[in-house]
Amino acid sequence: MSENYSNNKTCVVIGASHAGVNFAFALRKEGWQGKIILFDKDPTLPYHRPPLSKAYLTSKDAIEKNVLKSQESYEKDNIILQLGTEVSSINRLKKTIVLHDGTTQSYDKLVLATGARPIIPSILGIEEASNLFPLRTAGDVENIRNSLAKSQHKRVVIIGGGYIGLEAAASLKKLGATVTILEREDRILARVTTPEMSTFFEDLHSNNGVEIHTNKNVISIKTSEGLNTIICEDNSTFKSDMIIVGVGIKVNIELARDAGLDINNGVSVDSTTQTNDENIYAIGDCTFHYNTHYDRFVRLESVQNAVDQAKVAAAAICGKNATYDAIPWFWSDQYDVKLQMVGLSTGHNKVCVRKEESENTKFSIWYFKDNTLLAVDAINNAKAYVLGTKFIKNQKRIDTSKLVDPFVDFKPANLVVES
Amino acid sequence: MAKITFITTENKSIILEGTTGSLMQLAVDNSIPGIDGDCGGVCSCATCHVHVHPEHVEKTGEASEIETDMLELNDHYNEYSRLCCQIEINEKLDGVVLQVAESE
Repeated sequence: MSENYSNNKTCVVIGASHAGVNFAFALRKEGWQGKIILFDKDPTLPYHRPPLSKAYLTSKDAIEKNVLKSQESYEKDNIILQLGTEVSSINRLKKTIVLHDGTTQSYDKLVLATGARPIIPSILGIEEASNLFPLRTAGDVENIRNSLAKSQHKRVVIIGGGYIGLEAAASLKKLGATVTILEREDRILARVTTPEMSTFFEDLHSNNGVEIHTNKNVISIKTSEGLNTIICEDNSTFKSDMIIVGVGIKVNIELARDAGLDINNGVSVDSTTQTNDENIYAIGDCTFHYNTHYDRFVRLESVQNAVDQAKVAAAAICGKNATYDAIPWFWSDQYDVKLQMVGLSTGHNKVCVRKEESENTKFSIWYFKDNTLLAVDAINNAKAYVLGTKFIKNQKRIDTSKLVDPFVDFKPANLVVES
Repeated sequence: MAKITFITTENKSIILEGTTGSLMQLAVDNSIPGIDGDCGGVCSCATCHVHVHPEHVEKTGEASEIETDMLELNDHYNEYSRLCCQIEINEKLDGVVLQVAESE
């Protein structure tokens, strides 16, 4: 691509969170000379999402302390932010998007970074429940903080024992709330991790005074004078002043679907993040993409994936060779426990646990399929996380008897089987 | 107020002024190449790796255990390696020089 190719072009981005914002700055860095316009429904200057359920919830900070980029950075890179603006549709023939107020914006390249939204399950009475919040946006956290501050008894029920629910539980506990988690499955984190990890987190929360109830399918909520009674399928009931819903997300695919783009558990993209329309790319949580390391298509809810795909899309749009080739990683902070995860454990048939000597809250779980390392979950053990990342990347075969022996020093040379 | 010098991997010196927040935030706000800070500053991603000028280690302090664990196996790790999200800006840091580490 010649330097001036993009001079009079416009790149429109729908969604200004981790994926969209990182993309915009990466596009400038790659040499795009034309316009870059970012649209988002959220009126707040784009911010870091992971801290929302963690440090940000427990702090008194304004969201400004948590922004992805300062206002000046957008101005300096000439990136136009259209916040508080909803996009209604995409017209691929005319290469325009239609905004909520009916006005249109033309594009040469369009990037969908539409992310996902929390599921509000269809529970009888949920609409009328008092102080019920999801936890996905800065506005949600603002509401939770305000509601908690005003609440006399501070009894919170969290529906859903996934990462969001657990992180919220830890944060709310820190703020002095009485917290109960209701999980529909027979263990917390059932969808995202193994029984070993579920047990660890169940104990962690119990030890910190959070009540966890599994096999609790909430079927209705009755609310009177600000007090919620949550009723489960087994007829058990729980009282609360506040309810937080963390039962998963729904991918924002509607714009793409209505525009006739290929959808498959997310917006389908190739390894350059391009959709089936050569002028439209999709990045972040909303994409269904191929992962070379695991040889299958995945949809990931992660900051890292958002940032990685953003960089690939920016390079691709500027005509450079770039393909997505990342090993997924995630993290979660609860109380004083740091969980770091690398890889995807789905399909494993062997699990090795390594406990570090004399420290029960420092361990790692290694997931294998036959001899191939698929994933590592590390609790308070950054070293295990880093080692795991290296081994997955290099596809090294590991001596598992040495791996689980805490007296064998955690070094690649000690653990790798030389072939 | 502290004046901080970032030397990029292309050997370009960029002098920034900061008062609060971490050195990572300062770098990200000023688009210092090689400092991404993807995790928002919680020591989870190691995308803000710098080498502190040997004479300035006293000002910045030494890496914590988790920083060392995150960096030790990095190809560009040395005894001056830090994750700059873990360094809070204060007046004591005035004049500090940081070399942005190559990415792996």
